Amino acid sequence: MTISPVGRLEGTVLPAPVLDVSGLTISYRDQNGTRTAVHGIDFSVAPGEVVALVGESGSGKSSTAQAIIGLLPENGRLESGSIRLNQQDIAGWPQKRLDGIRGSVVSLVPQDPGNSLNPVKTIGRQVAEILIIHGKASGAVADARAIELLERVGLNQPALRAKQYPHELSGGMKQRVLIAIAIALKPSLIIADEPTSALDVTVQKHILDLIDELRRETGTAVLLVTHDLGVAADRSDRLIVLKQGKIQEQGRTADILANPQSAYTQRLLADAPSLNIRQRRVAAVATASQGEASDDIIIVEGLVQDFSLGGKDKGLRALDDVSFRVRRGTTHALVGESGSGKTTTIRTVAALQKPTSGKVIVDGLDLSAPPRETLRLLRKKIQLVYQNPFGSLDPRQTIAAIVEEPLLNFEPVPRAKRAEIVASTIEKVGLPLDVLQRRPHALSGGQRQRVAIARALVLDPQILILDEAVSALDVTVQAQILALLDTLQRDLGLTYLFVSHDLAVVRQISDTVSVLNGGKIVESGAVEDVFERPQSHYARELIDAIPGKKYPSLAGQSLSTHSGNIR
Amino acid sequence: MTILEAGERHRNIDSPNPLDWISAAPAAEVATRAPAKARSYTLPIQPGLIFAYFILAIALLWAVAPGLFTSYDPVQGLPGQQLKAPSALHFLGTDALGRDLYTRLVYGAVHSLTGALAAVVIGLFAGTALGVIAGSIGGWVDEIIMRVVDVLLSIPALLLSLSIIILLGFGTVNAAIAVGFTSIASFARLVRSEVVSVRRSEYVEAAFGSGGTFFKVLWRHVLPNSLTSVIAFTALQVGSAILQLSTLGFLGYGAPPPTPEWGLLIAEGRNYIATAWWLTAAPGIVAVLVVLSVNRVSQAIGKAQR
Repeated sequence: MTISPVGRLEGTVLPAPVLDVSGLTISYRDQNGTRTAVHGIDFSVAPGEVVALVGESGSGKSSTAQAIIGLLPENGRLESGSIRLNQQDIAGWPQKRLDGIRGSVVSLVPQDPGNSLNPVKTIGRQVAEILIIHGKASGAVADARAIELLERVGLNQPALRAKQYPHELSGGMKQRVLIAIAIALKPSLIIADEPTSALDVTVQKHILDLIDELRRETGTAVLLVTHDLGVAADRSDRLIVLKQGKIQEQGRTADILANPQSAYTQRLLADAPSLNIRQRRVAAVATASQGEASDDIIIVEGLVQDFSLGGKDKGLRALDDVSFRVRRGTTHALVGESGSGKTTTIRTVAALQKPTSGKVIVDGLDLSAPPRETLRLLRKKIQLVYQNPFGSLDPRQTIAAIVEEPLLNFEPVPRAKRAEIVASTIEKVGLPLDVLQRRPHALSGGQRQRVAIARALVLDPQILILDEAVSALDVTVQAQILALLDTLQRDLGLTYLFVSHDLAVVRQISDTVSVLNGGKIVESGAVEDVFERPQSHYARELIDAIPGKKYPSLAGQSLSTHSGNIR
Repeated sequence: MTILEAGERHRNIDSPNPLDWISAAPAAEVATRAPAKARSYTLPIQPGLIFAYFILAIALLWAVAPGLFTSYDPVQGLPGQQLKAPSALHFLGTDALGRDLYTRLVYGAVHSLTGALAAVVIGLFAGTALGVIAGSIGGWVDEIIMRVVDVLLSIPALLLSLSIIILLGFGTVNAAIAVGFTSIASFARLVRSEVVSVRRSEYVEAAFGSGGTFFKVLWRHVLPNSLTSVIAFTALQVGSAILQLSTLGFLGYGAPPPTPEWGLLIAEGRNYIATAWWLTAAPGIVAVLVVLSVNRVSQAIGKAQR
C-alpha cells in the first residue's frame, strides 16, 4: 500500500476534502429516552486517502458511517452538524435526494457479506442493478458491464458467476461482489464498515488488498470502519480513535501508533494482540519442562470424523487422521479457518459426538467406546466455554442458578455448601457477588463470559476447552479475559485446549499449537517454532495474513523504515 | 450504546463506565430474540385493549356470579311474556317460552367459558407433551408423532370434533373434549418447533456438557424456554374454542336444551328470525365480542413477550 502523497506533504495546501464532517451529533431514541451516541465530532477525508475509524463497540463508529451515507436506523437522528460531501452539505437531505448520490458519489461495503446480497437474484443482476438505477446502462450493456466488474474484483469465471445466486458463493467471493457494486460508478468515497470482520484471516488479506488496489487505481477515498487495530494500522493513512462518541485522537497512522497521546489509545494499543508480539509467557507449570509422555492429559490419535450428507454418496470427511497430544497444565491451540475441523475436533474431545474412528484418551479415560459412567466422569474433568456468551447462558436463570447447575448433576451437595462453592467460584473469576441474583441480560458480554468460565470451573475440572472464547469481545476486554485465564491456569493447574481463528491471540497465550486445514493437521509444534519458522505453505500463508505486520514492534524503530517495506 | 451496533460481533464489555453495561443488555435481546422494531416499550394507552379487558371481566363475572346481573330464572319461562321485544322489563326481550334472553346469556357464560377452558387445557397439555417428546427425542419418534399431527391438521376441525362427539356421545363435557382434541395438533407443532430451536442452543449443550441428564436438561432449560410463545397461543385458542363450542351447540351436538349455551341460543332463535331477530343477534354479538376480546388480549400478551 502506498501512502497517498496528500498525506505526506505536510504544510502544503491540501486539495478540498472529499468528506468533511463537522460537529456531527447523533442520538438514539429508545425506551429510556434519548441517548447521544456521537458527540459533535469533526474530521475530514482527502481524495484518495484511507482514513480508519477505530474504536470498541458503542464508540459510535458505525453510527458515524451510517449517518454519512444517510442510513441511520429508524430510531437514530442526526441532531446537528454538517456532512460535506464534495463541498455539498448533505446532512438533512431527504432520503429521495440521497438516493441520487448513494452508489455514485459515496458507496458502502457492508459488514456481513452473508446478509447483504439478495438471495433470489443472480449476482450479475445485482451488480447490473446499480448501473440501471443510476441510469448509466441498461439491458445487455449493463449485464456486460457487470461481468467486467466481477472480473475486475478478481472473481474467476465472471460470466459463470454472474449467473449464480449468492448461496453458491463463499463469504470472500460475496464480499468481492459487494465491492464490485460499490466501485461500479467510481464513487469518490467508499465507506467500508468492518468489511472483513466476518471473514477468515487469509480471505481478509485478499479483500483488503483488493480495496487498496482499486483505491489506488481510481483515486477513491476510503473510510475504513474497524475494531481491528491491526487492520487499521496496516491499511490506513490516518487514524481516528473514537470512544463513546468522542474523538480521542486523530492524526497520521504512523504517528499515533508510534506515539499515542491519549490514555485510551495507549490502552487500546497495548491490548491489541496483533500489534504486540509479547515476550512469551513463562510456561504455566514448572513440571511442563519434564516432558514425560505419561503426563499427556489429552491424547488424540488418528481421529476421523465423517458426516453423512442426507443419503448422498460418501458424505463429508470433516476430520482426517488428526493426532495431537497436550501435556498437563499447558495450553494447546487449534487454529485454522472456518471449515477446517477445529470445532469438530473439540466436540469429539468433549465427547459431545462420537468419532467415526480413532482414539481419544482424556486423562486416562478412553472415549472411543465410552460407557455411560465414563462419560459422566469425563464431564467432571473437561468443560467447555463457548464463543458467544450471549447464547451459552440460559436467559431465564439467575447467575447463581447457572453456576450452581453443574453441581446438581453429580453427588448431592448440601445447599449451604453449594452456595459457598458458587460464591467462591464467582470471586475466582473476578465478578462482584451481587451479580448472583441477576440474570444474564443484565450483564455485559465480558461479565457473561466470566460467568461462563465460572460455570465451567465449578466442578473443578482439569481441562477447559475454550471455543473462540475471546473472539466476540472487544480488545480491552479480551485482554482482561486472557489475563484471567492465565491466572486461573497458574492457580489451578488447568490444561487449556484453545480454539481460535485469531492467530495473534493464539501466539499470546498458548504453548503448543496445531494448524488445521481441510480436516488435516498440516503443522504442529511449539508456538515459537510454528510462528517463527512455519514449515508448511498453509501455515506460512496463515501467519503472513495476520494484520498489524506493518508495525511489528511499536517502539525502537524509526518510522522512515516503514514506508520502505509497505506492501 | 451497543444497540446501535447490534450487528457487530464484538460487544462492549467490562468498560469502566457502568452505563455501557446497561446499554449492552438490549443488544443481547436484539441478537437473540427479535428485531428492535418489534419492541414497544413506550406503549400509549390502547383503548381497544382496555375495552377487551373490560368485556372479558364482565364475561368472567357472568360465569362466576350470574345472580348479580339478573333476577330472572334462566330456565323457567314467564307465562304470557313470550317473544317480547327488548324493553325496560326485558333488556333483550324474551324467547318463545317467555324466558328472559339477557338472563339466559348471563347464565350461559359459564358453559361457554368453562367448556373453552377445558378444551384449551386438554389441547395444551396433550399438545405440549407430544411436541416436547417429538422435539427432544427426535428420530423416528419425531417422525411418527409429526406425521400423525399432519394427518390431524389435514382434517377440518369441525369434522374432527363432530366425529369425536359421535364416538363419545353428546354433552357439554364431550363437546369440550372434542374441541380440545382438535387443537392438540396445532399445540404439538408449535411446541415442537420451539423445542427444536431451544435444543440447538448453546446453553442446552453446555448443560449436557456439565453432566446434566436428559430429563434434567429438559425440565430446567428446554421446557421453560420453549413455552413463551405457547402462552400467547393458548390465549388465542380460548377464543377459537368458544367459537367452536358455539358452533357445536348451534348444530345440536353440544349441551342439550334447556341449557342456555350461546350456540344453542342462536339455534333456538333462528326459528323466529323474521319476527324476533334479537334472539339470534344478541347471543351472536356477545360471542363475537368475547372472542374478539380474547384475541386482542392474546395479541397483547404475544407482543409483551417479544
